[in-house]
Amino acid sequence: MEVAFYLSALIAVAATVLAITRYHAVHALLFLIVSLLALAVVFFIMGAHFAAALEVIIYAGAIMVLFIFAIMMLNLGKATIEWERQLLRPRVWVLPALLTLVLAAELIYLLAIRGGPESSGIELVRPARVGAELFGFYILGVEMAAFLLMAGLVGAYHIGRREKKVIHRYLKKEEV
Amino acid sequence: MTPDYMEQGMLLAIVLFCLGFVGLMIRRNVIFMLLSIEIMLNAAGLAFIVSGARWANADGQVMFIFILAMTAAEVSVGLALALKIFQKYKTLDSDAINRMKG
Repeated sequence: MEVAFYLSALIAVAATVLAITRYHAVHALLFLIVSLLALAVVFFIMGAHFAAALEVIIYAGAIMVLFIFAIMMLNLGKATIEWERQLLRPRVWVLPALLTLVLAAELIYLLAIRGGPESSGIELVRPARVGAELFGFYILGVEMAAFLLMAGLVGAYHIGRREKKVIHRYLKKEEV
Repeated sequence: MTPDYMEQGMLLAIVLFCLGFVGLMIRRNVIFMLLSIEIMLNAAGLAFIVSGARWANADGQVMFIFILAMTAAEVSVGLALALKIFQKYKTLDSDAINRMKG
């Protein structure tokens, strides 16, 4: 258990260092995903299984997909094709794949040992307790998070909207 | 004897937060700056989880979920802004947007 914790912590730090020093945004994203997966293993070891699942689904899944969409929209044209070809070379994906394999082995080991984390004395915080707390004591916070997400949605739509070039043929917008 | 990851976990959170901060300082690409902010917010979430695990309390995970929702909203607006900057200036360099009225 100790070994697993230190190994995943090391992978998280190494992947983060590699992520902030890459030149290509997609390489950085690959390493950042590895770092997030390593942190999910750390959460699992700490007995926060629900947070570990959320880390994988929302952080490494949804938010990183958002980043990839944005990068896709920014890279148009012929240069992208050459770049995609370069992306399929092993040099690019071998290191993230290796780090992820180590994490997968660690997770399988953790699931295979009898009883999981609670056998080592760490108390589990189960999703039922988190949910009861979230929709009981913290209900006001949930409502505020809903407001925030709504504001984020409307704000992103408003900012990302394309400006109309001509409103009316007599009302031309001034050139900037 | 119960193993206690309080100090190690907090140390990991501090290291990750500092790495995110360094990334924010050294990079001038808007996408990389957003990624660094992600790393910093994630380190903050890790600190909450660690302290929640220390006292076997659900509050840490609740705070992590709030941080998650906040991050999602922040990323969507930030990426929309990055797309807009790229449309207007044809670059993602944050030094190119040093004027209030473009």
